[in-house]
Amino acid sequence: MAVVETKDLTKVFTPGERGAVNDVNLLTREGEFMVFLGPSGSGKTTLLRMIAGLEDPTAGEILIGGRVVTHLAPRDRGIAMVFQSYALYPHLSVYKNISFPLRAQGVPKEEHRGKVEWAAGLLGIGELLERKPRELSGGERQRVALARAIVREPTVFLLDEPLSNLDAKLRASAREELTEFHDRVGTTTIYVTHDQIEAMAMGDRIVVLHEGFVRQVGSPREVYDDPADTFVATFLGSPPMNLVDHGDVLVGFRPEHLLPRSLVEGQAVEIGLRVTGIEYLGSERILYALIDRDRFAEQRVVAKLPATYDVGAAGGDAVDFAVAERHLRFFDKTSEKRTGARALEWA
Amino acid sequence: MGLRRDAGRLGAAMFAPALLYIVALVGTPLVLAFLYSVGNVKVGSVGYEFVGLDNFISVLQSPTFRGALLHSFLFTVGAQLIVIISANILALALVDRFRGRGLVRFFILLPWVAPISLGAIGWKWILDSIYSVINWVLVQLHLVEPFDAPMWLGEGALAMLSVIMVHAWRMLPFSTVILLAGLTAIPKDIPEAAAVDGAGFWRTHFQITIPMMTPIINVAVLFGVVFTFTDMTVVYILTRGGPYNSTQVLPSLAFFTGILGGDLAEGAAISVFLVPILVVIAWLMLRLARRAEVV
Repeated sequence: MAVVETKDLTKVFTPGERGAVNDVNLLTREGEFMVFLGPSGSGKTTLLRMIAGLEDPTAGEILIGGRVVTHLAPRDRGIAMVFQSYALYPHLSVYKNISFPLRAQGVPKEEHRGKVEWAAGLLGIGELLERKPRELSGGERQRVALARAIVREPTVFLLDEPLSNLDAKLRASAREELTEFHDRVGTTTIYVTHDQIEAMAMGDRIVVLHEGFVRQVGSPREVYDDPADTFVATFLGSPPMNLVDHGDVLVGFRPEHLLPRSLVEGQAVEIGLRVTGIEYLGSERILYALIDRDRFAEQRVVAKLPATYDVGAAGGDAVDFAVAERHLRFFDKTSEKRTGARALEWA
Repeated sequence: MGLRRDAGRLGAAMFAPALLYIVALVGTPLVLAFLYSVGNVKVGSVGYEFVGLDNFISVLQSPTFRGALLHSFLFTVGAQLIVIISANILALALVDRFRGRGLVRFFILLPWVAPISLGAIGWKWILDSIYSVINWVLVQLHLVEPFDAPMWLGEGALAMLSVIMVHAWRMLPFSTVILLAGLTAIPKDIPEAAAVDGAGFWRTHFQITIPMMTPIINVAVLFGVVFTFTDMTVVYILTRGGPYNSTQVLPSLAFFTGILGGDLAEGAAISVFLVPILVVIAWLMLRLARRAEVV
């Protein structure tokens, strides 16, 4: 096991243009499950590929287990990687796919069967060893890819959106299995995804990336509850955080914290709403509204209410809502960074 | 219903030229060749007498024919070996992006698009006994004596080597393009996964890339074998089968015997002799291709 560290890591594909990855400084913890989260084009995959050695950094350093590996070949880094497509070798049986890294690294042949069976057993694919990849389902292929990754006991696991090719139902169970698997092997893992649910559910820490810059590093709770800037605030959460214009700051609050006045306890900011639309989503309902009064009038907000609470409002109705003060977040309007709380001049 | 019948008629009309073309220019000569090979037809003779396998027995007893059979195999296997190995190297070199790749690809395709007669005449000069450029270079490098330079087309073994090399030069673009297509079709993830798994260039190439390209390599070899086995252009222009029949291959021998020598029946027997061999090769290759099919 080892920690991965990047120092001012930068990748510029076309000179003169903005880099795909810019000055990224990260340090994983021992055995951590770290998630790179960002929209497409945020540089998360490029960052992972640089750590894997598949992409040459333009500047900066990469250290794995304290050793500088910046210009080493992928095979000299002690890493294993699972690709989005799984990249199984189509002409080889599952057994030969899993034993390929052992052969490539010169592990004595008599040890192969034991190791392959151990890895296959860990992932529950012991019966599939003689099959070819084309005879496997998506979920099975993903497990073969994982088995191929763990078989030589790497110090670091790199996973590039390994669940995105699975259907929604399988994805939920695969997520749970992957977390459990990580708990069992305890190898430092870096996981790339654009899916915030995966990131929230699996990550010990999440690195939020946007346009090649790290916007925030923190536990799922930190990045969700205390976003560092407006990008993180609006990228995480569905629907995203409400941002209300207030002079030189933006006031943010999560849709689930915007509740009918009677449900909000303690110090709160009252907000009168005029409902413009309601979506019934089974377990919850989403309320689209405009702020009705005062200096925030006509700003658009979204509220998320549990289905157990009946709003009793329809489109066009004016209703009294409120947000508890402890749930308010403030962002500087020009830098879009988080700033300290301040008193609101509400009226 | 009327519409469908019209469509059927239109289809038949559209199909007819192709059918006519194949029947007139491929089917009829093929049938004639089979008929001639078991008859006693000569240029200028009238009438046809069935003679069974006499022509085949006759050619099999001729040392020239046995030599040509051997040369055909040597020519085909030799040229294809060179072509496949070189095409692999070229395809690997050309798959990555680099400045001027388009131009290099164009130059590599040239021997294929230029008329073979032109190319072969160029080679005839290059390999000429007096004006050979190769010999001039060898002399300048002091590798051979000025008056003892190799006679590329004048000595049996060298002549065979020369026709093999020239034919390989001509076939190379075709195989390169096919292999390049096969190489491009391999998802980038797979060699990357191999690199992460610890495989170096050779292991990736021989255990991952080539096995994944097997079906398409088979196609290239199949076409190459057929084109080489049935081709006489290079031999005809460079050596006319000489010296002393040392580069004579079956197609050229069939031509010399049947057309220039006037013995149509024996010429037909020689050319028909190729058919079962080619059928067996094609069947083997297609079987291999099916077995190696991936994903």
